[in-house]
Amino acid sequence: MRNISTIAGKEFKAYLNSPMAYIIICIFLLVTGTFFSIYLKNIDYTDTTIRGFLQYANPLLLLFAAIITMRSLAEEKKMGTWELLLTSPVRDVDVILGKFLAAMGIMIIMLAFTLYYPLLLQIFGDPDMGPIWTSYLGLLLLGGAGIAIGLFVSSLTNNQIISVVVSGIILFALWYLGNIANNNYMPTGLAKVLSYFSLQSHSTNFTIGIIDTRDIIYYFSIMALFLYSAVRSLESGRWN
Amino acid sequence: MIKVRNLTKYYGERLAVDNISFNIGKGEIVGLLGPNAAGKSTTMRILTGFMMPTKGDTWIADCNMVTNSLEGRKHIGYMPESVPLYTDMTVRDYLDFFARLRGVERVRAQKRINDVVTICHLEEYVDTIIGKLSRGFRQRVGLAQAIVHEPEVLILDEPTVGIDPIQISQTRALIKELGKLHTILLSTHILPEVNLTCNRVIIIHNGKIIAEDRIENLSAIVKGAKRLRLEVKGPHDQIIKRLQRIDGVKRVAKEGNYLVVECPINIDPRGQITETIIKSGWTLLSIEAVDMSLEDIFLHLTTKEET
Repeated sequence: MRNISTIAGKEFKAYLNSPMAYIIICIFLLVTGTFFSIYLKNIDYTDTTIRGFLQYANPLLLLFAAIITMRSLAEEKKMGTWELLLTSPVRDVDVILGKFLAAMGIMIIMLAFTLYYPLLLQIFGDPDMGPIWTSYLGLLLLGGAGIAIGLFVSSLTNNQIISVVVSGIILFALWYLGNIANNNYMPTGLAKVLSYFSLQSHSTNFTIGIIDTRDIIYYFSIMALFLYSAVRSLESGRWN
Repeated sequence: MIKVRNLTKYYGERLAVDNISFNIGKGEIVGLLGPNAAGKSTTMRILTGFMMPTKGDTWIADCNMVTNSLEGRKHIGYMPESVPLYTDMTVRDYLDFFARLRGVERVRAQKRINDVVTICHLEEYVDTIIGKLSRGFRQRVGLAQAIVHEPEVLILDEPTVGIDPIQISQTRALIKELGKLHTILLSTHILPEVNLTCNRVIIIHNGKIIAEDRIENLSAIVKGAKRLRLEVKGPHDQIIKRLQRIDGVKRVAKEGNYLVVECPINIDPRGQITETIIKSGWTLLSIEAVDMSLEDIFLHLTTKEET
C-alpha cells in the first residue's frame, strides 16, 4: 500500500510539473464550457441541465485518458528508469496501480473544475441535482476505464506517440461501437453484443439519473481487465 | 553474498549468457570484465531481478532471485549502464522517491539523502533539477540512488562510462570507499579499471567465463608478454622481415602507421631493434612499450583455453 502511494505521489507531482496536464485541462474546460453555455442558450434557458457539457465531456475524457497515460510507462521504458523501478522491492501491480491512481487524481481535479457548471445552474435556477451527480459518477467510471486502457497500451511500447495513437483508436472504437449498434440495419443479436461492449451504451443511464449495477460492473471489469493486462505486460518483459 | 549457478539466458535464438557460475563473498569488490555484448549487462540484469534467466539460479543475500525476487531486491543497489534518471525531478526528490520505494522511513530517508549527497559530492546540487546536471553529476546521482537505502550488495554496470578523466578517478575512489561497507559487483570493458578498484576479476567473453582470478594473478597473465610500438620511416614489409630475425622477438605486426613487436616479459630487445633499424638506413621516429589491450588478453586467454 505504501509503495502504491509513493509511486502515485511521485507520478502526480510529475504531472503537475509538466505543462501537458495544464494544457489538456484548459482545452477540456474551454470546449465543455463553450458547449455547456451554447446548449443553454439554444433552449433559451428553459431548462437547467448540464447536457451540453456532457455531450462533449465523454469523448473528450477518452482523449484525455489517452494523452495523460501516454508517457506513464512508455517514457519509463524509453528513459530506462523502469529498470530501477522494477529492481526495487515493489510488486509490478503496485507500479501499475500507483500510476493509475495518479492519472485518476489529475482527472478528478479536471472534473472538479467543471463543478462550476452545476454551481451556476444552482445559483440561477433550480436544477435536478440527482442526474447531475450520477453523470459525474458516470464520467469518473468512463475516465477510469479509459485510463486503464491507456496504461495497458503504454506498457506495450516505448514510444509515446504510438501509445497515444493506439489507445486513442481503441478508446474511440469502443465508444463508437454504441453508435454502430444503434444502426437500424444491424441484426438485434449482434447489436446487443456490440452495445454490451461499448463504452458509450453504458454511459447513457448515468446521464439520466439511473445507476445500473450492470454499467458499474462493466466499467470495473474494463478497468480490472486492462490493469491486470498491464501488470502481465510488465511481468512478461522480465522473461524476454 | 552473491551466488550464481549455471546461469543461461537466451534472447530469442541468441545466446547471451552461457551457463556461468560464480560466487562473491561479503565485502569483496569484483569486476566483471568483458568487451561489449559479452553478457555483462544481461548477467547484472538477472542478478537484480529485472530479468528472469532462461535456466539457472541466482542468489542475493541468500534470497533466490527467481523464486523470491521481491525479498532479494531489498538487498540490492543498482546502477544500470544508461544511468536512468527522472530528469524533471530535483536530486533530493529523486533520491527520496527511491529511498521510500525501498522501504526507508520518511525521517530516516532525509538523513540518508544528506549522507549520500555528501558521499557523492552533490551538496551544491541537491535542489537542482536533474535535467540541468552534466553527465558526470548525473552519474553521481545514479550512484547516490544505488546506495541511499544502504543495500548490502551494489551492482554497478559500467560506472565510469561517459565521464571525464577527473571524474573517473573520483568515481573509482568512491567505489573503493563504498567497498568498505558494501559487496560490489561492477562491470567494465576497461582493463585498468579492475586493476584500480577490484580485488577480484571475472572475465567474460561471448557469454562464458573465461577466467576468474585475483587481480595479482591477472596481472601475471597480462605481463606474460610485452608489446612495443614503433614508428619507423621505411618500407614496412622489409622492416618486419628484418625485425623478426632478432632474438626475443615473438611477432611483428603492422597496426596502422605503427609496427607492433611482441616479446617475452623477461627479454628487452629494444637495443637490438633500434640498432637494426638504424643500421639498415631507416629512420626510427619513436619506440614505446604499450599495455596489453583487453582484446589481447581475450586472445591470450581464449587461445590458451583452446590449445
